[in-house]
Amino acid sequence: MTSTTTTPRSATGAVALSGVTKVYGRGENAVLALDGVSLDVAPGEFVCLVGASGCGKSTLLNLVAGLDGPSGGQITLGDGVNPGLMFQEPALFPWLTVEGNLDVPLKLRGLPRAERRERVAELLRTVHLADFGRKRPHELSGGMRQRVALARTLALDTPVLLMDEPFGALDAMTRDILHDELERIWSERKLTVLFVTHNVREAARLADRIILLSSRPGRIIYSTRVDVPRPRRIDSPEIALIAAEVTDRLRTEVGRHGQ
Amino acid sequence: MASDTLSTAPRTDAEISGLDALEIAGREKASTRANRIWASTWPKAAALAIALGLWQLVVWSGWKDPWALPGPVPVFTDLGHYLASAALWDGLATTARRAVVGFAAAVAVGLVLGLGVARVRVLRAALGSMITALQTMPSIAWFPLAILLFQLTEQAIFFVVVLGAAPSVANGVIHGVDYVPPLLVRAGRNIGARGLNLYRYVIAPAALPAIVAGLKQGWAFAWRSLMAGELLVVIAERTSIGAQLTYARDFSDAPRLMAIMIVILVVGLLVDAAFGAADRAIRRRWGVLDQAGQ
Repeated sequence: MTSTTTTPRSATGAVALSGVTKVYGRGENAVLALDGVSLDVAPGEFVCLVGASGCGKSTLLNLVAGLDGPSGGQITLGDGVNPGLMFQEPALFPWLTVEGNLDVPLKLRGLPRAERRERVAELLRTVHLADFGRKRPHELSGGMRQRVALARTLALDTPVLLMDEPFGALDAMTRDILHDELERIWSERKLTVLFVTHNVREAARLADRIILLSSRPGRIIYSTRVDVPRPRRIDSPEIALIAAEVTDRLRTEVGRHGQ
Repeated sequence: MASDTLSTAPRTDAEISGLDALEIAGREKASTRANRIWASTWPKAAALAIALGLWQLVVWSGWKDPWALPGPVPVFTDLGHYLASAALWDGLATTARRAVVGFAAAVAVGLVLGLGVARVRVLRAALGSMITALQTMPSIAWFPLAILLFQLTEQAIFFVVVLGAAPSVANGVIHGVDYVPPLLVRAGRNIGARGLNLYRYVIAPAALPAIVAGLKQGWAFAWRSLMAGELLVVIAERTSIGAQLTYARDFSDAPRLMAIMIVILVVGLLVDAAFGAADRAIRRRWGVLDQAGQ
């Protein structure tokens, strides 16, 4: 899938971590959350980070998003790239309508009103919510709210999307639909996605590459490519096979902490 | 390579909108406006009727002489005359002006103080507990000092109104800012709201319900302080509502005294209801009422 010729333009979506370390606290109470994590994500690549509790998955995304600084090592993004971040909670502004929520990032980017209105309508169509612009977040279902959150992140026009268990709180059917939606948007917009999940099946369904992190401290212990053609189905045997492999590794890692 | 047995066709739009429709069905509750008003009105009306009935019973019992404790009928008759008199409306105008000016000053002081304490660590350590201590100080206890400082002037009244109301407003701001969900702040920063924009687009609107609650409480304190002030600081050429209450006592005009008290009660209630309506409107917008199952 990767082409041999890389233009400088496509390099904006690349994410490179080299020897990234994160320590919380100091002295005796210091906790090593991430220990020497090195990872190169190609532009347009979909990478899933999988790990048990305490593997520093969310820490890693916060560092890449620039919401927190690493204790050691380096994180490199394309020039002027400000990655979009999505959480398990939609984190929408309850005092605004759906349209209002999508308008905030556009306003903050200084776009003129007419252009903003057009962009909001386009974003609503992208996430299949064209009829719900005037609703308030609390009037929508969990899956719809998460789609609004996705649209709000897309409003940043950033090539890099960081997702922190974004579908963890949704039921299986809704999650299924959102996988399709995310895959479609990812390939249409040629996004680079770093997707954190503890759901191995979900990772196998979505990822070009799955990265397994150890717990306490977080280190990369395993990495595998998912060479199943898209579009995929979460209940297909190929996906199940890959998920089983990753699950075995994950169990071994979790078991290590029980002794 | 291709899995022939499984359909890999992309989902149709109909499937997505179908699930959306199923999930949000039944979220809109039907309840007519008339029903709601009736349901909230009749208990209040019944309580008022019972209170008036008890009052009349106490009067009939002869516990106090009628010139000291008149019954509802003479009081409401006098209230009718009072409502038609210029005295009431002149007094009300003076009082309302003082209330607006005093409350506005208290809000300005409270907002600045609250923001400072919420954001500056040193100020919080220095003033945080003092603001709450100020709130427990009965406002009438400030008046001797206020009169020493400002004599019997409106400044003395404003001084006490601000001291009474500003701490509540400040506490509302502090609470609001402290309890902004950290996730919203992270999301806001991620979509580009930093520095002042973070306040404008995230922190201020997220803190609004607590700020309105602080304003509501601040108003209650301001109104009480104002009434206490008007009873003590009587300026002859400006007959405020409070001054008229003092005159009524001086002349032992019990029906007028109680009519004025009813006016004070009603004004306080009306403004409080306005704040309550604002509070409910905000909570409805936010969906907080829905979540509480109301």
